[in-house]
Amino acid sequence: MIQFNRFVLENGLRVLVHEDHSTPMAVVNIMYDAGARDENPQQTGFAHLFEHLMFGGSINIPDYDEPLQRAGGENNAYTTNDLTNYYCQLPAENIETAFWLESDRMLSLAFSEKSLAVQRKVVCEEFKEHYINKPYGDVWHKMRELAYTTHPYRWMTIGKELSHVENARIEDVKDFFFKHYRPVNAILVVAGHVKTDEIRKLAEKWFGDIPPGTRYERNLPAEPVQTAPRFAETYADVPLDALIRTWHMPGRLDKGYYPADLITEILGGGGSSRLFQSLVKEKKLFSNLDCYHFGTIDPGLVAIDGKLVKGVSMEEAAQALDEEIVKIRQSGVTETELQKVKNKTESIIAFEDMSVMSRAGSLALYELLGDAQLMNTELEKYQLVTTADILESSNIIFDENNSNTLYYHAK
Amino acid sequence: MQNRKVAPPIVDAVDLNLVLKPCDRYKLDNGVPVYAVDAGAEEVIMVEWVFYAGNWYEQNNIVAATTNFMLKNGTKKHKAFAINEHFEFYGAYLNRQCYNETATITLHCLAKHLEHVLPMVAELLTESIFPQEELDIYRQNQKQRLEVNLKKCDFVANRLIDEYIYGFHHPYGRYTSTLDYDRLEQEELKAFYRQYYTYGKCLVFTAGKLPANMQQLLNSIFGSLPLNQAEIPAVTFNAAPAAEKKYNIINDPDGVQCAIRMARDFPNRKHPDFAGAQVLNNIFGGFFGSRLMSNIREDKGYTYGIHSYLQNHIHNSAWMISTEAGRDVSAATIAEVYKEMALLRNEPVPEEELDLVRNYMMGSLLGDLDGPFQIIARWKNYILNDLDESYFYNTIGIIRKITAAELQEMANKYLQDEAFYELSVV
Repeated sequence: MIQFNRFVLENGLRVLVHEDHSTPMAVVNIMYDAGARDENPQQTGFAHLFEHLMFGGSINIPDYDEPLQRAGGENNAYTTNDLTNYYCQLPAENIETAFWLESDRMLSLAFSEKSLAVQRKVVCEEFKEHYINKPYGDVWHKMRELAYTTHPYRWMTIGKELSHVENARIEDVKDFFFKHYRPVNAILVVAGHVKTDEIRKLAEKWFGDIPPGTRYERNLPAEPVQTAPRFAETYADVPLDALIRTWHMPGRLDKGYYPADLITEILGGGGSSRLFQSLVKEKKLFSNLDCYHFGTIDPGLVAIDGKLVKGVSMEEAAQALDEEIVKIRQSGVTETELQKVKNKTESIIAFEDMSVMSRAGSLALYELLGDAQLMNTELEKYQLVTTADILESSNIIFDENNSNTLYYHAK
Repeated sequence: MQNRKVAPPIVDAVDLNLVLKPCDRYKLDNGVPVYAVDAGAEEVIMVEWVFYAGNWYEQNNIVAATTNFMLKNGTKKHKAFAINEHFEFYGAYLNRQCYNETATITLHCLAKHLEHVLPMVAELLTESIFPQEELDIYRQNQKQRLEVNLKKCDFVANRLIDEYIYGFHHPYGRYTSTLDYDRLEQEELKAFYRQYYTYGKCLVFTAGKLPANMQQLLNSIFGSLPLNQAEIPAVTFNAAPAAEKKYNIINDPDGVQCAIRMARDFPNRKHPDFAGAQVLNNIFGGFFGSRLMSNIREDKGYTYGIHSYLQNHIHNSAWMISTEAGRDVSAATIAEVYKEMALLRNEPVPEEELDLVRNYMMGSLLGDLDGPFQIIARWKNYILNDLDESYFYNTIGIIRKITAAELQEMANKYLQDEAFYELSVV
């Protein structure tokens, strides 16, 4: 049970405090309700580029990192399709430094042309490092475009193409900031060796006078229900053929999310999972095979992704995979299998909750989803899933008309 | 209204009183030493078995890593699937890792399941059989994995730079080809397993919310195993560094980035310069605010990241600079690294910058000591390097007191251009 206190400043900033006096550290986590899904399709990659610019100086403070490091702190940030999260950890005595820095960049960035010019290049190198200069690096660019026709999950957080990042202008940066990075769209979580009363005073002192901004109303086009299987293939200079399949699954707040999550674990989690045992170990068709999902807030994707053993044809591999899919759709799973993945989930949650930083991030996420208290009922929701739920979800998710298949051939 | 231009007062992290929580030590009946840190609020436990079974002790390439990998691929009583299912049913994670001198088995699980999973670990240590079919699958899949990795410039660069520093016949410089996988023999794995695991020297590290009967539990399951019966062979290797210092490799003619590695040899942790070099390294390229990052990423945008570090080896180390930069700016990146080295040699580090790095390192150390797994990891590092907590307090003393003049002297001693290997892989 994670305890926390919650209050809201007059400008709409939601503040959560989680006290843990067993650590000498404090964590300050700010989550903004803006991610790659909120981008203009002609300016993809912007939320992530923007995350870089948040370190390029704010209106009163020329450099974010230096004063934090001087106070013994460390920080980082990440952008997903759904949100952007900034977090820092420092000795609890110096927590006010984090309030000073974070509140100033929420007040306003410096909007430096130099910072924009440099970070455009840095992000382009990041794009190259992870998605161009790596074998199979473009798999998810291709698969997302196949699986999504309408919803902005069609593109990756890094962006659809390099030119979108290269063409970003300072006016775009300003617009994005004042649209999304306002107190009403943000959640502040403070955790560790801190007291709620003091945090309330600090929050009012540093964040209280920031104009609230306008609540961002998200009106994203919903992905239409897929009604026929989709297929694509591509040839690339890679050593091995790869097979990638996806199916649409429910969003994060749907009750169908929990069985879907457990299904991916049953099929692909670890050395005793079904697909690994059948297709890698027994039939020896794949040299590696994973089953996972993206945990997105809007309806997401279940993915199965594997590299074929040389000499095995794509059709043979795909058919063997189909047999496993048919098996779970027809016969579901055993009580023991279900208990196993529930036990694993319990374990994962306990290990995640060991770190104060991870607890702070989770609180922010659940608050963003609507209620931080959800963090404490999550395990219970997994425990309630039955083998009948798994059977039903398998049949909904693995409907052939809901499937997307990509053959990624070695040239 | 507060003045936002002025930073709030801070407590200098160098003044923090950092304490390394002691670890409990005891021995099992067979002499296996156990190091334990009982701490934390969550009901979780980590147990790690460390063996002197790294590639330092193998006769043929990849035997140590394969033995380590295949420990859980079959015993006299259980097939690989049943072993995996046993751990996974209890939500436990059993990982193994092969290093140069040592190889480990690491268990993470909920405290309530500990006694259900420990006996299976004991079985893996005494009854693994390395089935031929499992070896064949492993061989095929590892060869495929290697083929994919060899397409990556960073992977290729990491292999080659170590070869230049240590020589291919040194365990730190050796790497694997598909032929090495072809040559693997079941019997050789079994022999390596018997000598270095079943009868080998073993140390146990454990941390988390430990049960009151942890010592008895470990002793009843592991205390009567034949561990610690074989002496660790005295094996020595001399580094045979390459004569040529500069290399340009085209691995992928269409590559858009270049993996750059620059490195020189450096003594191990016991050398009196080691802790000071860590401070100098932080200034140079050891954290986000370092000179390499500030110049090459934050000012010029040549790369997503550039780092320098001292390799964490037991016998000897190397000082390494590592980045993936745009192909068209790779020469410029290398030139900037040399410029930063010259600056450190020629000018003392300004006091303000040095203060920042001292505070950053102390704050980071404080964060690193947060939680039982982090504390035991530090102890493990000291124990395997034959050090004790005085090393910790000595390092803190050096972070607090080292002067700009001493750092400049150290830069002149070690950061000499001609001592560095320079490798670019496109």
